[in-house]
Amino acid sequence: MSTETSTANQQDLYAAPGETSQGRVFTVTGQDWDSITQSIGDAAEERVVVNMGPQHPSTHGVLRLILELEGETVTEARCGIGYLHTGIEKNMEYRSWVQGTTFCTRMDYLSPFYNEATYVLGVERLLDIEDDIPEKAQVMRVLLMELNRISSHLVAIATGGMEIGALTVMTIGFRERELVLDLFELITGLRMNHAFFRPGGVAQDLPPGALDEIRDFIALMKKRLPEYAALCNANPIFKGRLEGVGHLDLAGCMALGMTGPVLRSTGYAWDLRKTQPYSGYEDYDFEVQTWDTCDSYGRFRIRLNEMWESLKIVGQCADRLAGLEGAPVMVSDKKIAWPSQLAIGSDGMGNSLDHIRHIMGESMEALIHHFKLVTEGFRVPAGQAYVPIESPRGELGAHVVSDGGTRPFRAHFRDPSFTNLQATSVMSEGGMVADVIVAIASIDPVMGGVDR
Amino acid sequence: MSDDKTDQNKAARPAEESNLEKAKQETGTGSGVAEPAPEQSPENVPAPTGEVRAVGVRHGMFGASGTGDTSGYGGLVSATVFPAPSQRPYGGWFDEVADALEARLSATDLTAAIESVVVHRGEITFHVRREDLPFVAQMLRDDEALRFEFCSGVSGVHYPEDTGRELHAVYHLTSMTHNRRIRVEVTAPDSDPHVPSLVSIYPTLDWHERETYDMFGLIFDGHPALTRVLMPDDWPGHPQRKDYPLGGIPVEYKGGSIPPPDQRRSYS
Repeated sequence: MSTETSTANQQDLYAAPGETSQGRVFTVTGQDWDSITQSIGDAAEERVVVNMGPQHPSTHGVLRLILELEGETVTEARCGIGYLHTGIEKNMEYRSWVQGTTFCTRMDYLSPFYNEATYVLGVERLLDIEDDIPEKAQVMRVLLMELNRISSHLVAIATGGMEIGALTVMTIGFRERELVLDLFELITGLRMNHAFFRPGGVAQDLPPGALDEIRDFIALMKKRLPEYAALCNANPIFKGRLEGVGHLDLAGCMALGMTGPVLRSTGYAWDLRKTQPYSGYEDYDFEVQTWDTCDSYGRFRIRLNEMWESLKIVGQCADRLAGLEGAPVMVSDKKIAWPSQLAIGSDGMGNSLDHIRHIMGESMEALIHHFKLVTEGFRVPAGQAYVPIESPRGELGAHVVSDGGTRPFRAHFRDPSFTNLQATSVMSEGGMVADVIVAIASIDPVMGGVDR
Repeated sequence: MSDDKTDQNKAARPAEESNLEKAKQETGTGSGVAEPAPEQSPENVPAPTGEVRAVGVRHGMFGASGTGDTSGYGGLVSATVFPAPSQRPYGGWFDEVADALEARLSATDLTAAIESVVVHRGEITFHVRREDLPFVAQMLRDDEALRFEFCSGVSGVHYPEDTGRELHAVYHLTSMTHNRRIRVEVTAPDSDPHVPSLVSIYPTLDWHERETYDMFGLIFDGHPALTRVLMPDDWPGHPQRKDYPLGGIPVEYKGGSIPPPDQRRSYS
């Protein structure tokens, strides 16, 4: 952290060549606050500009905050983003439509299934196969998305707790999240970055025993979720830090395009799963969670309640999947469906040996088909689509444009973290510097999604 | 909503068919070359002449460049055609929105503000003349019958071969009051990359417009502080334009060399 005061010039050791460094610059490395307050001397009354981050544990990832302080009060707050920009949207234009999922899953790394889902739903709309997606694929998507909502909210609560010093919330949050990631690993093979949703369905069927694991998980979570409520809900310190902090009312939310728990904390029950259902969400029984305090505490309680609702949906998915044993998980159109399936061999997971035998030994046409679909990919009719979904952070949508080729002409992601982070200024200006951390934690921005 | 959507799809079909009728009439009266397509699904029907939105040409069967095309289809030339403008009725609530919009516009002298309307895959797109964008957006947000109070953001698209309208800015608007979604699209030529800013109407567009400027070089006139938001301030060029290379270096492994993705053989 470095602080700047607008007094006499002093050499800034960290300024780049040619960079103007106004005022006196202090670089704080810890345990040296006394020497700084002494050397500030008479200038102590003046305004101080604090640069916080991008490598600060309390800024929720590589987020840079530029805070103008008067004493402990924040008079101006600005965000600096872009430290995690990886050009995913550009890269997707150079890969096939199916390969696109491997890129977009890496954007918002706490909710990978949502990135995949919105992209895949857009591609399916352009392909005009929305009604042909098999039921089992739809249910598996909902199952994984809701499990993902639980894991994402757990991290939001855990890191939010850690940032205000509630370390137990952090440790138990990550403990439970690991259970969800174990389920992901069982079902998709990977803890994160799954690329499991594909245009036309999902990559693989449920492995044997997965439903039992899911039911065990539900039973365990029903015991563990009350712990968060017991630790936090009525905790006077926790409430003291969160209540009334990061206030944003409905008008502010509308103007700033806020969605997700921030919007629902104003009491407005806007949840795309209910208002504009996709992937068959209209068939599940759950409630939209709202709170009416417009503050960080309300957002925390919404996340906590939403985990219970997600658990309800996961249970309904498990029941439906029990009746869908052996049903297809990929669209029947062979011009779109991935030709091979994975199977467990003697040396672990790999391409199904039956399929290899078929294309290498039995059918030249099958080999050509496999080769064409894997290397060239399928064509998507020209046009554009936008299918937004309710991610744990709000409206996540992919604007997918095709020129009729085998690659996305353009894929733009409207990430809720990116949009919601704009509210940092209105949520924290006029408050204490310690409340900035709480306000940002209540937005729950994921910088991978913000910067893409 | 999903029921609504299927209704829209069904309702949207007549519009496509009337397009098709028009196309047949237009071409049929001429040389008589145009035969009715054997199967009259929209993909098999030629777009109506004069209204085609072609934004590029694809050569050969696989789009391979650099290496010889041994498929025998190297001379194939096919146009990249986007969905043509739709005719009334658009179907479902699309007509209500279009009616309300037209009624309000005809009360002013901006009747030509809407260039065309495209209904495709159950989504409606209004192509708006760029100088009229702020007026149309303000109306879309404030009018009782429209009330698109929520803007999801702006997405830039670069069509280098869409001459005179290379840069597109695409806005997705939501009416939470009526539970509707529309898309508004404006274009600007590469030589004059200016679009009016909508930050004063939808403050959420602040960072979105900065991102589109950053990535495409589209200048949003009237934006309070149009600076780069994702790329470093001193970055040269606008990375997501089609004329900006992906970059990358060949990867060498055990003596072999794999070219970077944008230099590999392309099938697009």
